[in-house]
Amino acid sequence: MTDLRELYQDIILDHARHPRNFAANAQATHQAHGHNPLCGDTVTVYLKLDDQGRVTAANFQGHGCAISLASASLMTETVLGKTGAQIDELFADFQARVTGGKDTAPPPELADDAERLAALVGVKAYPSRVKCAVLPWHALQSALSGGESGGGA
Amino acid sequence: MDHLPSPLASDAKSPLDGAILKKQFPIFANDAAKNPTKPLVYLDSGASTQKPATVIAAIRDFYENYYANIHRGVYRFSQRASDAVEQSRVAVQKLINAPSADNIVFTSGTTEGLNLLAATLPYSPLLKKGDRVVISELEHHANIVPWQMMRDRHRIDLAVAPIDRNPDSDNYGGIDRDALAKLLQKPTRLLAITHSANATGASVPVAEIIAAAHRHGILVAIDGAQAVAHQRVDVQALDCDFYVFSGHKIYGPTGVGVLYGRGEYLAALPPYQTGGDMIEVVSFEKTSFQPPPQRFEAGTPDIAAIIGIKAAIEFLQAVGLARIAAHEHGLVAYALAELAAIPEITIMPAGRKRDGVVSFTLGKIHPHDLGTILDDDNIAIRAGHHCAQPLLRCLGVAATARASFGVYNEFSDIDRLCASLRRAQAMWG
Ligand SMILES: Cc1ncc(COP(=O)(O)O)c(C=O)c1O
Repeated sequence: MTDLRELYQDIILDHARHPRNFAANAQATHQAHGHNPLCGDTVTVYLKLDDQGRVTAANFQGHGCAISLASASLMTETVLGKTGAQIDELFADFQARVTGGKDTAPPPELADDAERLAALVGVKAYPSRVKCAVLPWHALQSALSGGESGGGA
Repeated sequence: MDHLPSPLASDAKSPLDGAILKKQFPIFANDAAKNPTKPLVYLDSGASTQKPATVIAAIRDFYENYYANIHRGVYRFSQRASDAVEQSRVAVQKLINAPSADNIVFTSGTTEGLNLLAATLPYSPLLKKGDRVVISELEHHANIVPWQMMRDRHRIDLAVAPIDRNPDSDNYGGIDRDALAKLLQKPTRLLAITHSANATGASVPVAEIIAAAHRHGILVAIDGAQAVAHQRVDVQALDCDFYVFSGHKIYGPTGVGVLYGRGEYLAALPPYQTGGDMIEVVSFEKTSFQPPPQRFEAGTPDIAAIIGIKAAIEFLQAVGLARIAAHEHGLVAYALAELAAIPEITIMPAGRKRDGVVSFTLGKIHPHDLGTILDDDNIAIRAGHHCAQPLLRCLGVAATARASFGVYNEFSDIDRLCASLRRAQAMWG
């Protein structure tokens, strides 16, 4: 597979064309905005957490390239039902992979999700695009930690 | 230094051949050695032009044969370097037809030139609290933000001249002359406007606008970053008060730019940065400053870049600015026609006259994805907001893809661009 085909895998293009959970959520308990000043991409992440701190709804809105849309779309699917600690583990693994590092060997119950997110590993050949992939995750993290933020600049 | 081979200099009237020009730029041959099947198509001259061998050689010659700091040593090399800097000043003077080399201030680039003006004008008799400055919606951030800072620090009024937003107008995307005229009827001290919009290629009829502004006694500063390498610029014919541009966009090095100012206005401005080279006498009580242009050139400049800009100017003159303008308008006309044939393409409007830039969006494909796909075909374009977020907002988009042209482009570059755009469309399905 060429680098370009690895980047724009069918699953990425599918999520970019038809982003899942692409909506605002008025019931969100946590939300945050991410912005990449370099390219102007924006994303707002909406989360609803239950008493145990598990994500019961994850949505996003915004505009951006296929990579950031697909990343946000896959992210909102993956974090559903997860705790903050699990999300941290998934993000650490994701970030390691997309920046060309080794996967962090997440615990077995997260392995499938980590593998799914790894559809985005193609960006590692495109350093200028890595920030597109991590932008939604930075917004998610700042939503969880309760803040509005400039996000993954 | 080497002279340009004859195909360039010989027939000043013949059209330019991008393929021949490419040979002057080592990057194309060097890249072709690595990518023989898909040689580099460089369509980002608006961001920065590639460098001809003569410019690279001039810089190298300085570092290898007479490197020294300027204005400081009595020894040969320092004298020679100082002379070379002053020769570059004269070359710039001639290029833009300034009355004297003293009208030419070397800066680090357009950005610094505009910041210098915005930082010093409020401390001069030329601009005072409550005065009004007008800019336009076509501006690069470098011709917006310094004026905003000035507005906030010195309580100066800032107004923005709109573009024509009527899609049915033949001037759609160009500066709205009627609205500008109305703005200038109100008391205004300065108009700071681009010669050519980097994000869309909209060409601004600055000569007429300057004449109109001067009828109201308004000073005019022109951001010429996108003009000097693409058309003949004559600051006396334009009658502008200030004119700024960057070396790296005129086939010269990064690190050097030019601020042209009318003599009496430069003389009215206080120093910008202070330190060495710009003083007459320093004591702890009081310092007196050099006259312009040295007053504005504190500290050691990018000497190699200043030397390089002379070689760039010689390159421009050898090729001929009239030929360059004709060449690039031919490329733009061809690009517009070819791009228009691609389904779902939207070309950003540029008013009545377009310089060597075509900005566009393609269906739902984000410009960044286009940039990456085109790069895979070894085609370099710019994708994003082009440091002109307000303009893109006016046009209702957050980002575009932009092809911008230079002397080395050929029709076949545009064919490659179009083929790659169609490939992107096929991928997106
Ligand atoms: C119209 C315009 N103004 C100002 C600038 C800033 O130039 P520089 O980055 O060389 O200072 C640019 C460069 O992109 C430009 O196109």
